[in-house]
Amino acid sequence: MVEWTDSEREYINTIFSTLDYDDIGPKALARCLIVYPWTQRYFGGFGNLYNADAIMANPMIAAHGTKILHGMDRALKNMDDIKNTYATLSELHSEKLHVDPDNFRLLADCLTVVIAGKMTVKEFTPDMQAAWRKFLSVVVSALGRQYH
Amino acid sequence: MSLSAKDKAAVKGFLAKMKSRSDEIGTESLSRMLVVYPQTKSYFAHWKDLSPGSAPVRKHGITIMNGIYEAAEKIDELPGGLLTLSELHAFMLRIDPVNFKIFTHCMLVVLCMFFPEDFTPSIHRAIDKFLAQVALALAEKYR
Repeated sequence: MVEWTDSEREYINTIFSTLDYDDIGPKALARCLIVYPWTQRYFGGFGNLYNADAIMANPMIAAHGTKILHGMDRALKNMDDIKNTYATLSELHSEKLHVDPDNFRLLADCLTVVIAGKMTVKEFTPDMQAAWRKFLSVVVSALGRQYH
Repeated sequence: MSLSAKDKAAVKGFLAKMKSRSDEIGTESLSRMLVVYPQTKSYFAHWKDLSPGSAPVRKHGITIMNGIYEAAEKIDELPGGLLTLSELHAFMLRIDPVNFKIFTHCMLVVLCMFFPEDFTPSIHRAIDKFLAQVALALAEKYR
């Protein structure tokens, strides 16, 4: 089981409380598809991904980005058992969606960059970033757990 | 994943913007790496103070930034074009290359924080590609 300090819980809750899911979700997913174009392989049915502008304007991608962030909400609400909270989701990504789990790490990195862009250097301190990174590592690990 | 002409132009343009806060970028990136990825502190056991913004962290952050500008000047010769730095990293420093990725990520976070409007996804991609080439150049002589 993952141990969370009080300050880690506070940092992670603070970050989530500042997030506009409809803004950050789409931005993070779009950035991932642009910065790591091979991730587009999973979005064949999502319409125009031809260039960065198209990706950023794509409403299906935006909707999916928001969905992902709401999915992370579940991890926030179940921080002491993210592993089991995500068991079904992990199976889904493995068995049905066939997503290489390394992509979770890439998206997590893009999400961190986007969140940083919304905060000042005094708000998103190194300690806050460390807590956030720990949270994302647990999420990423839980999502990859049911792969076999 | 070599750099296209467009990537190189984007990198040079953005690096020019970075110069205005260069020391801060170097210091903040390195400070964050040491806090967020504590295993990286293993390379700096000889420093008195590893806390964010300390004197050795600041000095070394500036050194790294200078290396990045040097790499940008040799952008047409990457990954092989940084002979002295390659030899330094291969024979003296011997930093595990996984750490170049870690440092790169911390710098990208800082760049987005400092330049939220300018650090667009396209610029992010170009800078990430460039720093990956720099990392390859630094590891060029490892084996």
